[in-house]
Amino acid sequence: MSTSETTTDAAPAERPAPSGEPLLQVEDLGKHFPVTAGLLRRQVAAVKAVDGVSFSVRRGETLGLVGESGCGKSTTGRMIMRLLDPSFGRITFDGRDITALSQRQLRPYRRDLQMIFQDPYSSLNPRKTVGAIVGAPFHLQNVQTEHGVKKAVQEILELVGLSPEHYNRYPHEFSGGQRQRIGIARTLALKPKLIIADEPVSALDVSVQAQVVNLLEDLQDELDLTYVVIAHDLSVVRHISDRVAVMYLGKIVEVADRNDLYERPMHPYTNALLSAVPVPDPSRREGRERIRLQGDVPSPLDPPPACRFHTRCWKAQDICKQQEPPLVALSPGHEVACHFPENTTVSATDLVAKAEAGPSGSGDA
Amino acid sequence: MTGEPFLSVRDLKIHFPTDDGIVRSVDGLTFDLERGRTLGIVGESGSGKSVTSLGILGLHNRRNAKVSGEIWLDGKELVGASPDEVRRQRGRKMAMIFQDPLSSMHPFYTVGKQIVEAYRVHNDVSKSVARKHAIDMLGRVGIPKPDRRVDDYPHQFSGGMRQRAMIAMALSCDPELLIADEPTTALDVTVQAQILDLIRDLQEEFNSAIIMITHDLGVVAELADDVLVMYAGRCVEQASVDDVFHAPQHPYTWGLLGSMPRLDRARSERLNPIKGSPPSLINVPNGCAFHPRCAYATLNGGRSESERPELTEAAPGHLAACHLPLDRRREIWESEIRPTL
Repeated sequence: MSTSETTTDAAPAERPAPSGEPLLQVEDLGKHFPVTAGLLRRQVAAVKAVDGVSFSVRRGETLGLVGESGCGKSTTGRMIMRLLDPSFGRITFDGRDITALSQRQLRPYRRDLQMIFQDPYSSLNPRKTVGAIVGAPFHLQNVQTEHGVKKAVQEILELVGLSPEHYNRYPHEFSGGQRQRIGIARTLALKPKLIIADEPVSALDVSVQAQVVNLLEDLQDELDLTYVVIAHDLSVVRHISDRVAVMYLGKIVEVADRNDLYERPMHPYTNALLSAVPVPDPSRREGRERIRLQGDVPSPLDPPPACRFHTRCWKAQDICKQQEPPLVALSPGHEVACHFPENTTVSATDLVAKAEAGPSGSGDA
Repeated sequence: MTGEPFLSVRDLKIHFPTDDGIVRSVDGLTFDLERGRTLGIVGESGSGKSVTSLGILGLHNRRNAKVSGEIWLDGKELVGASPDEVRRQRGRKMAMIFQDPLSSMHPFYTVGKQIVEAYRVHNDVSKSVARKHAIDMLGRVGIPKPDRRVDDYPHQFSGGMRQRAMIAMALSCDPELLIADEPTTALDVTVQAQILDLIRDLQEEFNSAIIMITHDLGVVAELADDVLVMYAGRCVEQASVDDVFHAPQHPYTWGLLGSMPRLDRARSERLNPIKGSPPSLINVPNGCAFHPRCAYATLNGGRSESERPELTEAAPGHLAACHLPLDRRREIWESEIRPTL
């Protein structure tokens, strides 16, 4: 199942920093978890958690990965980290294929590739001091520091807004926001190139959430980081990302520059998601056009054929049940997988037809 | 709206004595609520919103929690009432929707059985009548094929359906007061929108009073008529939903509004978080509990640090507890806060 080769080489985002070359490239990546039964543990089915996603992340940019629970966004993040082995597809990091590397071979890459976890309570070892937690990467990677590990750790603690005196304290002495800062300090210890942040702020209170969002942005500017931010909160994603990919049931349905995606969402699912977000303005309660999706997300055990969204889509036609729409660029840098996209000036059906005729014609609209 | 309000909470205090000191989870809360209206209670974790709702329902263990003040529900006082009396009111007159429908339903019993049980406690009817009622309720909250799904176990329902079943259970006795404690926090946005619509429709149908507890200002703006903002166990601001969003009077409310990235505005370059984090309820700061985090506390010459501000009327029907002079607050809102939102 190879969707057309549509990696985004379109116009760069407005932030000048991201240079053209991709730091991370994911091609047709998938993860099927086997479901076994019986004495012989025969495989009877597969949970298609991620079923062929392709995207790339340029140096210095932030890619937001949004979708509802069970859409495969976290699985994708974990595969990039190689915490899960992909079932198929390819991950290229910094020009090298890391898909098939053994854990031992991966060691050197762990310095450059780090992860921030969602829950600041379960992702820190309660029996270790902050110093030991943040200092662990130095020991694991045998990194020599100029003035000793302690000094280096204290510098990082200051960088993330904690005080160097916190070195000898334990995680339980900190609040949720501070713990998340400790987690961030740990990922920053070895100056990584790419950070995968899996719901970095969703466990935090609103006022603290904003502090951590600002911190992530400051660190990006200061340390020249590249982020993949996985989140379900569309407003946080808009704030933090340069480009956004929307996932539904293991597939990417739309990728675009942040402004493009939020101002002119093309995929019906993206439209539905955006219109479902409650707006903190009571005067807009009336007259707001709402799209209400019926039912729940289908099970990834047995996803609907062809376009996976057709069971809940109000625009679905027969073709949606028979032919899977490929992810094609309907305007520069804006890729959509839909037979009947919204907010588009070009006739989408033509483009889709062209794309189906030959993947080479898909790139430019 | 004449005479007594339907629900009236007067100076409610809920304290938990512990070895480390008294946890003042709710420290003097007063509000009224009429039938057919929705009150949104907003606050961060540990601000006392959930403790308040459990307190109204009388669900605190009286050995562990010290509850004082008055709660009047339809002319009956509940704080001083016997546990049996409160129990009779609970379920029939007032019901609650919990945040996490998976852990608040019993995994061993079918969904139908749990609704039937709740219904039969308060209504003297046969099992088959109660079952019909349960099927009817499940249908009304939008569960497809309710006559079949009624025999399913909670784990066979998806998250959104479980929350619907939970709502069906809460509404099975036609309660006049419905307390919804973060009813959509565990749900995805598209399902959240469905559930909020459902609550709105059911309110119209049953004309019930709703207390909506949430940390999400978006949900409040969608559903509430009035809003109460809580901080460290106290109400810091209380007003109509329009006033809270368009002319808020308390620096904490400003902070909450500034912390949120918003989809309905152009993207701001930076969020304006509140500094620090919410205080421990054992050690609530002296004076105004918010003063260590307040950017304007110093404008008062130390008054915020020593003296607890009372709730005063900033405009008709608009209460706020802040020492800053009113015109100064208006000026700050207009010139400093509003333009940044």
